[in-house]
Amino acid sequence: MLRFIGLRLLQAIPVLFTVITATFFLIRQAPGGPFDAEKPVIPAVKRALEAKYNLDLPMWQQYTNYLGDLLRGDMGPSFKYPGWAVHDLIISGLPATAELAFYALMVAIVIGVLAGVSAALKPNTARDYVPMSLAMIGICMPTFLLGPLLVLIFGFWLDWLPISGWGDLPGDKILPSFTLGAAYAAYVARLTRGGMLEIMSQDYIRTARAKGLPEHIVVIKHALRGGLIPTIAFLGPAFAGLLAGSFVVETIFQIPGLGRFYVQAAFNRDYTMILGTTIFLSTLIIVFNLLSDLLATWMNPKLRHQMSHRSGGQS
Amino acid sequence: MSLLKVSNLTTRFHTRNGVTTAVDDVSFAVERGEILAIVGESGSGKSVTCYSMLGLIPMPPGKIESGSAMFEGRDLLAMSESELRDIRGDEIAMIFQDPMTSLNPFLSIGEQLVEPLIYHRAYSRSEARVRAIELMEECGIVRSAERFDSYPHEFSGGMRQRVMIAMALITEPKLLIADEPTTALDVTIQAQILELVAKLQDSHDLGVIFISHDLAVVKELADRVLVMKQGQVVETNVTQALFSAPQHPYTQELLAAVPKGQKQSNDLTADSILLDVQGLTTTFLDRNSGQRFKAVDDVSFRVQKNEILGLVGESGSGKSTIGRSILKLVEADSGAVIFDQQDLLPLSQRQMVPLRRRMQMIFQDPYASLNPRMTVFDTLAEPLLYHGLATRKNVEGKVLELMDDVGLDRRAIKKYPHEFSGGQRQRIAIGRAIATRPELIIADEPVSALDVTIQKQILDLLVELVKKHNLTMLFVSHDLSVVRALCDRVMVIQHGKLIEFESTEQLWKAPQQQYTRDLLSAIPQID
Repeated sequence: MLRFIGLRLLQAIPVLFTVITATFFLIRQAPGGPFDAEKPVIPAVKRALEAKYNLDLPMWQQYTNYLGDLLRGDMGPSFKYPGWAVHDLIISGLPATAELAFYALMVAIVIGVLAGVSAALKPNTARDYVPMSLAMIGICMPTFLLGPLLVLIFGFWLDWLPISGWGDLPGDKILPSFTLGAAYAAYVARLTRGGMLEIMSQDYIRTARAKGLPEHIVVIKHALRGGLIPTIAFLGPAFAGLLAGSFVVETIFQIPGLGRFYVQAAFNRDYTMILGTTIFLSTLIIVFNLLSDLLATWMNPKLRHQMSHRSGGQS
Repeated sequence: MSLLKVSNLTTRFHTRNGVTTAVDDVSFAVERGEILAIVGESGSGKSVTCYSMLGLIPMPPGKIESGSAMFEGRDLLAMSESELRDIRGDEIAMIFQDPMTSLNPFLSIGEQLVEPLIYHRAYSRSEARVRAIELMEECGIVRSAERFDSYPHEFSGGMRQRVMIAMALITEPKLLIADEPTTALDVTIQAQILELVAKLQDSHDLGVIFISHDLAVVKELADRVLVMKQGQVVETNVTQALFSAPQHPYTQELLAAVPKGQKQSNDLTADSILLDVQGLTTTFLDRNSGQRFKAVDDVSFRVQKNEILGLVGESGSGKSTIGRSILKLVEADSGAVIFDQQDLLPLSQRQMVPLRRRMQMIFQDPYASLNPRMTVFDTLAEPLLYHGLATRKNVEGKVLELMDDVGLDRRAIKKYPHEFSGGQRQRIAIGRAIATRPELIIADEPVSALDVTIQKQILDLLVELVKKHNLTMLFVSHDLSVVRALCDRVMVIQHGKLIEFESTEQLWKAPQQQYTRDLLSAIPQID
């Protein structure tokens, strides 16, 4: 088990290294720099600024300096927010984004699993077609359209919910969470339906019924464990996607989260900020993928057994 | 009063392709302490009959049109789903064919065993556990307390079937429905399970409905037999009378199709060796232990021209791996496979191409081994064109000849595999194998998935083709009756080792090894 995790973390090192290197050089290929503004800066001032942030050094030297700092846990100062270190900015934006992503994930799981299971129990009936069509629309509809649409309906017409902010008014977290979670709920619904449909046709479901178990026990105890494995394997990438993809929702609903820093950093050519956020999100993606893989593996007794056996531990 | 009395049961399936009558006006009774066997080929309605009574068929498309099933005076067919659920798994229990798929792989054995007691009898978990462990012991699961928390994948097929039986009997049911409970098991395990069913039936005074296609098994076990064909009961009688004097032509046909007798060995001259296998060893990596185990362990034998050589053993014995190693479908670790004075093992895949024309394979499952997107023509023309045995122009004629050879209707040339029955599909697979005019055919359980009457037709076809085309065949099978009727010589494989190699006659007359004797004595006999 530990060996499995260790191995996966070792594999993450070259991935992260590639991400860092590619990002470092790509953003520097983009035209303009952090100190180019609409109003041209006096060349002497610009030179001084660049010297202060070591941007006058040769590229490879900047790169090795950055890697060295990173190994010591220092992501450097932000170029655009003087006096702020990148990791302070990330930490200041993280709570709102993490909370938003978590609620959105809950929305996705609750709605998706319920809709998927319900559809799988009555395949090819209205109970299957209606949620699955909605799911297809959910997948197709971009967040920047769904967000304003929900605001229009629930914020203006019905006047039920606040239309922006985060933690300022009661209920202002509902619309952003639904907006962000909707597409993932749709994916979860389709995955759950597929997984459950396959399991419900297995011989051991017939065995469970032949034992005279109530139908809800058959579904929840006998079918759901196997049927949810594809969904669980998807949750890791989904949570990472929610974190990284939250900037649209954060912009629509004026949420002070990480996503907004990320986009602004790109516009501002705030090199260290872009790099820092990218590394942070990449690490999260790797960690959450690992977690959901571990969970999906653990849920299958056969794989659980193999995994513990291979590393010589006890299951 | 009978324990169960079924009268005029009719079940139909209403599908898009029309209505099929799966069970057609079936009536029968089961008494307490009696084993009633229902026999018939696949699709004869024997399983649907039993599933209908218990509400286990999917509805829709299934619909019970008429009839009654009186179980101790109560009509099962008139019950609500919740009333029926109270009887299912309590007073009427079931065991199924495939113990590999009939147990939930995500739940421990113990958890699955105690469920009927908890839901039907309101046992506490700890009481149910004590009872389950007792019953596991009674069903022959040793160290059952330790194994209570194991998962199905940690058990062998035979052990899983014992778990299924324990699970069915845990509520002390009055009626047990066993749907082909030994079909997926090896012959020695089958013998043990049948013995267990008979013992438990006796000690618990159970009524048993034993669904099977295997007449020899039925003859050993059942008190009475019901023969079904196309949803109808064609004959019913006490076992002895049915086997000694079958009345209905279909019953007679079924009995005649059971492989029996022994092939008279051809005179084989020792100098006509087609294939010489020396010290063949193939290993696989065991994912659990991380070690390599020997699936085939230092096996040597010679196949003579024009013989049918049987290769028998239980599942996991390595018999299929021998066949696959010879054809280099799996890589052997060491040894030599000499075909036509050439060792095949060091050859590259490219060098094997001309030799592949001369050695072909037939697989067990005709459903899985044919490409569903290729017509009969595509399937049969491919090897002809690939090996340059036909040109685009004359290939159709050659394909039609092949279809005649294997007994397929020429008009079916443009059809796809799903449009054929299992037997016809196996004919297509055989046609593909003989298309290249091979000298050696390795047939891996080619009739195991087929009904007994179809099995007989395919075996007859194989014998005919072997004669007509001077073929040599390595016939891999777990079915010793089939091997006895078909093969000139037989090899017995256990744990990857060749333990006995004799002419068929000699092997049955005087088996040398204890394992061979066990195998032979485990075969249910029909005459």
